[in-house]
Amino acid sequence: MAEMWINMGPQHPMTHGLWNMRIKVDGETIVDSEPVIGYLHRGWERMVEDRNYPQIIPMADRLCYGSSFTWSHVYCMTVEKLMGIEVPERAKYIRAMSDELQRIGNHLMWLAAIGTDLGNLTMFLYATRDRELFLDMFQSLCGARMTYNFCRIGGVRNDSPPNWVRDLERTLDYFEKRLEEYDMLVDQSKLFRMRMEGLGYMSAKDAINVGLTGPVLRASGVKYDIRHNDPYEIYDELDWHMCTHDACDTWARYRVRMMEMKESVNIVREILKKMPKSGPIRVKPPRNAPAGTAMARMEDPRGESLMYLVGDGGSKPYRLSVRSPLFVILSASPKLINGYKIADVPSILGMLDVCMGETDR
Amino acid sequence: MVDIVGTILRWLHLYGLADWLGSPGVLNIVTILVVALIILIVGMLVSIQLIWQDRKMLGRFMDRVGTQVGPFGLFQNFADAFKVLVKEYIVPDSADRLIYPLAPILIIGVSMAMFVTIPYSQGFYMSDSDLSVILTLAMFGVIPFAVLLGGWASNNKYTLIGGMRAAAQTCAYEVPLLLSVVSVVVLTGSMSLNDIVVYQQENVWMVVPLIIGFLVFVISMIAEVERVPFDLPEAEAELVEGWGTEYGGMRFGLIMMSEYARAFVGCSLITILFLGGWDGPFLDYIIEGAWFLLKLILVFTIFVWVRAALPRVRTDQILNICWKRLLPLAAINLFIAVFFKTMGWF
Repeated sequence: MAEMWINMGPQHPMTHGLWNMRIKVDGETIVDSEPVIGYLHRGWERMVEDRNYPQIIPMADRLCYGSSFTWSHVYCMTVEKLMGIEVPERAKYIRAMSDELQRIGNHLMWLAAIGTDLGNLTMFLYATRDRELFLDMFQSLCGARMTYNFCRIGGVRNDSPPNWVRDLERTLDYFEKRLEEYDMLVDQSKLFRMRMEGLGYMSAKDAINVGLTGPVLRASGVKYDIRHNDPYEIYDELDWHMCTHDACDTWARYRVRMMEMKESVNIVREILKKMPKSGPIRVKPPRNAPAGTAMARMEDPRGESLMYLVGDGGSKPYRLSVRSPLFVILSASPKLINGYKIADVPSILGMLDVCMGETDR
Repeated sequence: MVDIVGTILRWLHLYGLADWLGSPGVLNIVTILVVALIILIVGMLVSIQLIWQDRKMLGRFMDRVGTQVGPFGLFQNFADAFKVLVKEYIVPDSADRLIYPLAPILIIGVSMAMFVTIPYSQGFYMSDSDLSVILTLAMFGVIPFAVLLGGWASNNKYTLIGGMRAAAQTCAYEVPLLLSVVSVVVLTGSMSLNDIVVYQQENVWMVVPLIIGFLVFVISMIAEVERVPFDLPEAEAELVEGWGTEYGGMRFGLIMMSEYARAFVGCSLITILFLGGWDGPFLDYIIEGAWFLLKLILVFTIFVWVRAALPRVRTDQILNICWKRLLPLAAINLFIAVFFKTMGWF
């Protein structure tokens, strides 16, 4: 068969969102590839320049449907740094707890997506079923299921509802049993491992050079996690360990995310223990931010998310720039998939947990 | 019935036509047509039942309800068929005008024609050829050709790759399939499906001496009817809908239906060749056809279970499994069969 270009996208079952992976195949082998994004460009960074600071919080939620809390969180941290606000202790704990719950929910969505990518619908339904529990927890916390609008400049919107601790512990106990089920369904299955092992190899050196972050970087054996290396909120007070894997391939990325879910459960348990029982959850922010710049970064479920804010002394940002982890990872995707088979494309790219909302903005 | 027609024709003074209609040749043809129609309807009904079973059981495996229209979701398939029936029939601009409409006819026709050789019970079958095993497997061999034609004629990159995959996969899996059938033929000494079942009724089910061949045959048959984990030709994650991407409307519906028709024939072959066909182990008051259908449904349950538990494998892996695992196993199985035969144990 002659070499030919195939468009995988913008409307294709492999793409989770609107983007196009152009691949050049020789038979079944990929010889060249090129990611094309821009189908979902909404002009987010321009839009926020016309809104005042509190109005941007729900917009930050909509950067990614999978992990909306982390995006509004990183936005609020940026503005707090510019305004010089100190967040109350209890609000910090609630934020970190929501981060971890969001991480579990987002990783479950990723697990569901790779289930369909690999052709197994059972995994998709099991993972979405369990994600439902965490959406329910968020619903009882802030009333919304996907875009929470919960984080505020100077704290969080409301305190946790009554029976929150009891419900959360029940959910976590149930979820730990579910993790064993996934272990039986996927990790112990020879066919699943055949589809993942040895694919999308990227050495630690290459991964650092192309700027990968998050689980994909840690799957290459690099010990880099912003919760650990540049702790924000209360992560420096917690006792947890970083999840890394040395295999550098798709299987390692899968394992790192699964281990992270387990670790997030432990972090939430620890937060529930250490959280102050009462106290203020919010301070009132000023209307205008001073002129100057501020930057905050955090560990998104997908990698390092960063916002850079330039204020001009008014109530609206002069410029708000977003560093999306997935934009960088997708730019490196040709390095990951060249030389493998067509059937490996969903497997390798699915492990990156593609979300176009934050990538295109 | 003929008598009523004859009376009417005589009343109309059409004596010549009445005599011709009453002649044995015409009666024979009418009988064959009626039997063929019955076999087709029964085969279609069982296939529709298999679709329902697949969807319902898959739903239960995945912790959801499954189909819901009608009692136990039995009418869902008919609702879906009606839905695709009213869809517009679109031919892509760049498709081949002659082959594109022809390929589905070939696939659906061959799939339905395979019902002919399946004996449901001692008396309920269409044809009892001496070589019905060969005939059934030969008709299975037509499918990859038709799929390749359909994929190529659609003039789409996804369909082309899907068609190539289908051809490679099904051609490769014919070999272990045939080898494990040969072992059955060696032991039973017949190539007629009816005789094979009669032999098993008198002696022992072939699954007992040929357990390896049974496993090889089941795995190859899953690949042959293109179900998960071997559904590469229509791998929706990377190839949209594989070779059938460009087919829409009732053609799509019938192609899907014909896949289950082939699954029905495959399960029937497993039942007949290895599990004693309509031979009931006990409870003589249950009719033979019911035993056959019961075993068939149980075999299909294995198919559904496999689909719920496993992901799709890759093209090179699927060929590796075939040539490096199944083929040696089938050969060993054949040696065992020949050994049993020479020792005179069967």
